Amino acid sequence: MSELPQSPGFTSRPILRCRNLERYLGEGENRVQILRKVDLDLDRGKIYAITGPSGCGKSTLLYTLGLLDREDSGEIWIKDLKVSGADDHERTEIRNRTIGFVFQFHFLLPEFTALENIMLPMIKLGQMSSGAMQSRAHNLLEEVGLGEKSKRLANQLSGGEQQRVAIARALANQPDIILADEPTGNLDQKNSTIVIDLLCRMAREKDQTILVVTHNHAIAEACDQTLPMLDGVFASACEPA
Amino acid sequence: MLMSLAGITFGVAFFIVTQAQTSGFEGFFVKTILGTNGALRVRERIQDTLRSMSVDDQESGGFQISHKEGKRYVGDVAQPELVADAIRQFGNVSGVSKVVTGNGQLVLRGQTRPAQIYGIVLDDHLGVSDLDEQIVFGELSDFRKTANGVLLSRYLADRLDVGLDEKIVLKVAGKSRKLTVSAIYETGVRDIDKVRMFIHLRTARSVLGKAFGASFLQVSLFDNNRAPQDARRMIDVTQHHVSEWQRREKVWLDVFKILRISSALTVSVIILISGLGMFSVLAIIVMEKTKEIAILRSMGFQRRDISHIFLWQGFVITTAGTLSGWMLGFFMTLGLANLPIRIRGIFSTDHFVVNWSISHYLVAALIAFVVVMLASYFPARRAARLEPADVIRGTSG
Repeated sequence: MSELPQSPGFTSRPILRCRNLERYLGEGENRVQILRKVDLDLDRGKIYAITGPSGCGKSTLLYTLGLLDREDSGEIWIKDLKVSGADDHERTEIRNRTIGFVFQFHFLLPEFTALENIMLPMIKLGQMSSGAMQSRAHNLLEEVGLGEKSKRLANQLSGGEQQRVAIARALANQPDIILADEPTGNLDQKNSTIVIDLLCRMAREKDQTILVVTHNHAIAEACDQTLPMLDGVFASACEPA
Repeated sequence: MLMSLAGITFGVAFFIVTQAQTSGFEGFFVKTILGTNGALRVRERIQDTLRSMSVDDQESGGFQISHKEGKRYVGDVAQPELVADAIRQFGNVSGVSKVVTGNGQLVLRGQTRPAQIYGIVLDDHLGVSDLDEQIVFGELSDFRKTANGVLLSRYLADRLDVGLDEKIVLKVAGKSRKLTVSAIYETGVRDIDKVRMFIHLRTARSVLGKAFGASFLQVSLFDNNRAPQDARRMIDVTQHHVSEWQRREKVWLDVFKILRISSALTVSVIILISGLGMFSVLAIIVMEKTKEIAILRSMGFQRRDISHIFLWQGFVITTAGTLSGWMLGFFMTLGLANLPIRIRGIFSTDHFVVNWSISHYLVAALIAFVVVMLASYFPARRAARLEPADVIRGTSG
């Protein structure tokens, strides 16, 4: 981490910053440009929503900023450290320490309990004792309202509960940035509200930055800033009234 | 996964059993031949054949150049005591026995059987053979105190219908000698049991008319595996032909070796098939668990962490299969050791002979680990190479 170059001369110090980000998908004749020189600054403690039609590049941008996908060109800084161009090992380490993901599907490991699923990122980070990890995982489950279901296997929980466990898991290592890709896409209205309220509340309490990709206008309106996207670039940035 | 576990278990167990059995019989064969014909045999004297060129010069006294052309083997061991003393100086030698041999005929109640006479000094010969263990009827002590005693093989005794303490006539070159059957032995080696009989050396010298020398010296060693090296050194020292047991029994030893290797290869196929099964199972798991792999990668697990998960599965299955295979192999070997089977010809046994060796267990485990870990490596590598974004993108609505 320390050998990565720092972004030069930023006074506002955004938590995540990208410039001229480009990404292509496909091969040969099917090669399509998904991201077209995207620029973005995300400030600490704020909640952002990326909206736009399907196929405009929202998820690809999210995965690229989250270092799950590799940019074809452009630069990314996380906490003033240039991470674009970092090798796979460094990118994976940054994900573990700095970024929490919430996907449309919960992706919980069905063989593990809710508690164990939340402990996985902590185990990888390896900075806490087993007891401390269990205690933290249990607290997170309490915070998402599932304290009494900590011993349940993931597949013994409802869809809404599974997504709440996924949020708790994303928060496990107290990341600076949470990237959520359609986190309520598979939930009914009631559970969607619970999940998004939970995500926003916990992020604000812990001064975390959230970037949500969503089609849901209600969710977008609940965020601090909406970033509409069209054909691989941001159309404009607009502050809610 | 259970099928792979079962395959490894049976593969390891069968490997242990077949190796215990083949090496058991091989070891028993070696013990038999060492107990009958000894580790080394010292026979004819070596005589160099020389071609000489001489110059007869009165002033300088003349000189002679000798060219070694080859060597030939002549006679028996003419001075057995001297040669035996020289051989006893070797640190690895545990015993030396002079033997005088010759051919004769055993006659009883009108029946005649050819016989190969072995004249021995009993105590010396007990030091170079397992003759005491091969006695099936009678006592060696009776032979020791009977000057005209004979140790007859069970085969000859059966054919001549002769029992203990009965008299039998030995005919050699027209001369006859009455002998008393002191004990009956059985080596299990048909070629020996068909003809060999033991009498005292002094009696043999008298019957065969060999007042001096010995037909050969039979030598036993502390470390039988060093026989070839000792034989070469003895040839240099004694100038007699010395043959080691490995050379004498090369054909049978090669047969046992081939059997051991071929059975190991055959049984290893079971482990190989288990490895292929393991490969298939893990490859399917990798395909089924792409989402789980992707989420683990997204939360910070490195590629090597992912491959370790699958390698660990292979390791656990191999360890469990090897441990259960060891247990099954142990009990199968135990059962086999008590299984009755009558074998005569190259040795004598009434049950399966097994060799308990930790090396069989270790080699079986090694084969299982190499095969299954290799089979696990490729799916593990494939899992590690999965790109999380591709997987997650594919599952998004």
